[in-house]
Amino acid sequence: MENHKRQILKYAAAKRVAQAALLLTLAALTAVIIFVLIRGLPHINMQLLFGNYGKEPSIKPALVGTLYLILIAISVAAPIGIGSAIFLTEYTNSKSRIIRIIRIATETLAGIPSIVYGIFGYLVFVVALGFRYSLIGGGITLAIMILPVIVRSTEESLLAVPRSLREGSFALGSSKVRTIFSVVLPCAASGIVTSLILAIGRVMSESAVLILTIGMVVNKMPEGIFSPGTSLALNVYYFGSHGYPEQAAATGVVLLILVVSINILATVLGKVFGKGELANG
Amino acid sequence: MAEKYNITVRGCDLFYGDFQALKDINIDIEEHEVTAFIGPSGCGKSTFIKTFNRMNDLIEDCRITGEILIGGQNIYAKGTDVTLLRKNIGMVFQKPNPFPMSIYDNIAFAPRTFGIKKKSELDDIVESSIKQAGLWDEVKDRLRKNAMGLSGGQQQRLCIARALAADPKILLMDEPTSALDPISTGIIEDLINELKTQYTIVIVTHNMQQATRISDKTAFFLLGEIVETDVTEQLFGNPKDKRTENYITGRFG
Amino acid sequence: MRGLFLFCAGFSVLALGCICVFLFASGVPFIGKVGLGNFFGTKWHLNSEAYGILSMIVASLYLTALSTIIGVAVGLLTAVSLYKFCPKNAVAPIRQLINLLAGIPSVIYGLFGLIIIVPFLRDKISPNGIGYGLLAASLVVSIMILPTIVSVSLDALNAVPKAYYEGALALGATNEQSVFRVMLPAAKSGILAAVVLSIGRAIGETMAVIMVIGGSPVMPKSLFQSVRTMTANIAMGATELSGDAATALVSTGVVLFFFTLLLNMSFSLLKGGEKRGKPQKTNT
Repeated sequence: MENHKRQILKYAAAKRVAQAALLLTLAALTAVIIFVLIRGLPHINMQLLFGNYGKEPSIKPALVGTLYLILIAISVAAPIGIGSAIFLTEYTNSKSRIIRIIRIATETLAGIPSIVYGIFGYLVFVVALGFRYSLIGGGITLAIMILPVIVRSTEESLLAVPRSLREGSFALGSSKVRTIFSVVLPCAASGIVTSLILAIGRVMSESAVLILTIGMVVNKMPEGIFSPGTSLALNVYYFGSHGYPEQAAATGVVLLILVVSINILATVLGKVFGKGELANG
Repeated sequence: MAEKYNITVRGCDLFYGDFQALKDINIDIEEHEVTAFIGPSGCGKSTFIKTFNRMNDLIEDCRITGEILIGGQNIYAKGTDVTLLRKNIGMVFQKPNPFPMSIYDNIAFAPRTFGIKKKSELDDIVESSIKQAGLWDEVKDRLRKNAMGLSGGQQQRLCIARALAADPKILLMDEPTSALDPISTGIIEDLINELKTQYTIVIVTHNMQQATRISDKTAFFLLGEIVETDVTEQLFGNPKDKRTENYITGRFG
Repeated sequence: MRGLFLFCAGFSVLALGCICVFLFASGVPFIGKVGLGNFFGTKWHLNSEAYGILSMIVASLYLTALSTIIGVAVGLLTAVSLYKFCPKNAVAPIRQLINLLAGIPSVIYGLFGLIIIVPFLRDKISPNGIGYGLLAASLVVSIMILPTIVSVSLDALNAVPKAYYEGALALGATNEQSVFRVMLPAAKSGILAAVVLSIGRAIGETMAVIMVIGGSPVMPKSLFQSVRTMTANIAMGATELSGDAATALVSTGVVLFFFTLLLNMSFSLLKGGEKRGKPQKTNT
């Protein structure tokens, strides 16, 4: 009986430890947000956001650079990723050898650290192709990096489209390609859009790839996609490690707000669309 | 816990939220007998058997009124040690649910829970429980192997052995053979007949032949009420209530 | 049309191939050129052509071990709490919050480390007045990987059949005993996945680390000492080095790449082994 009590108490204590861990997790994660906000919010001003980079630093080049990177990365990764998902779901059965190879490749790609992508981008775009540091090099490297994410979530959306819809379309005499473009893709559109929004979040968050590919030129506006540049995330690092902690925190706040709103947008869209799809059938 | 392990239920009502699942249940279950609960699906027999070891506590907004006495003590009284109650009242579930660990660890789970640590003592309990469940010859060479590797029927006997290892006085069985093939079912029925000399057994079944084969008394449930309780031969041979007769002759349910 | 889709699908394979080819073609010959002894030596001194990255490998491994231990311990217990030891109506909002935090850029975590953790360690904990180093980096990385560990482990726990829980309770176990002795071990393959994910994140994390690690290419001897991980070596040299020194960074990348491949492969083997080891379910 004594031993029984002891056993119960032992595990009750373990439960307390687990609850303490939960509090610690919440405290640590909220601390990250709160301290960055406290340090950063007071230093957000018009000069920092939209001023010209002179004596006082500005993140205008970074805002423009980030926008370029998003446009490049998404316009490269979206068609390839969606096409890839279409092939994987519509044209093959899951047992074929080719699918296994592609899956292993995507899984391996997803596990590669972003700095390794950075080296790759550096070797290809900066050195081999002779672009030197450029937004396009960084953007395409980012595209390769977010590809696995887009493929996987698009695949899920495509698989969620009921078989009967495809069969219905075939029964009406539509070709496979027509069925894909006029029936399957529209049905899966909401899921695909959500995954692209999440991919934008990834692009904005990434910095290790860019440090090796776009040059981290913080004080000049990019002149085009072949020009070197910087991004918001990269600026946080730059300011932080070059003696501008206040600007780093302020830029961090801007980045945080953008990324969080994008993620919330994706969640909300996912929910709204999800409901709509259920209601439709 | 008391020395005697008979069950007395008086005026038991059970609600899930607003839904009344059991209505004014009264029954006496004697020691060392097998009592079967029969009735169509959804009649409340499974719900009722779970009140004896308070497994209904898990369900939110489940409310029980009336008295359930085991050995004369109300198990829903304040201060009841539910873990001891459940140690004394073993339960076997509809689907075999061995833990995904070794056969040995499955059986030793309850003794360890109650503080037995000595290996020799655990070894003895494991061996005798598995022997009681008639599984020893089949598993004695692979006690350290994962229990999920056993067949469904073996898994269910393992679950019985696991319950026995807690040294219970009462065994509750909630349709223990409904997921098994006829041969495994036969083995378990024989086992129940052996076990009743030592344990009070309550079994839920929707198989009337099974009830006649193994039980001493049978209670017929319908829509949350006990329609009739009697010695098994009486109930099946000479039912007093028209509804019982309809049910056992297969006119509904 | 099929060909076009096939090309898209093949693109991943192509990209992976290119990454391997470019990395190895540039990095491996360099290792050969400077010699294994030099490259895996302890001295990194560019002026005297010493490209030893051993201290960085060691720093990376320390960082990975430390942050995985902290992150997994806290994250796993957090998941267990959310699973059964926390008010039910609090679980969904906490999960949402944690999911949101999983999407926060790593530079933000690095920034937090830079402006809060490093000064705190320097002023309150450190015996030598240095805040930078392995402890600061490990703390930052473990906070960063917490959301992933929590959600993957919680999913693993939720996937364990409820019948085990009921079975344990019916044997007289308390809620806590059932969770720790039955449910948690039953979720071990999912939890293993969480651990592997964290190891991968920790060993590859760059930006959050370089903001708090200091960056000196020396063998780590203390938790409060400026050191350099492989990732930091690559990122820090990236903007200023050229020639052989730049190629040394690529070679560092090859070693890092090799570690992550090793990790992925051992995890697949483990998973495959488990599948094979798992007995068939039969119904007789």
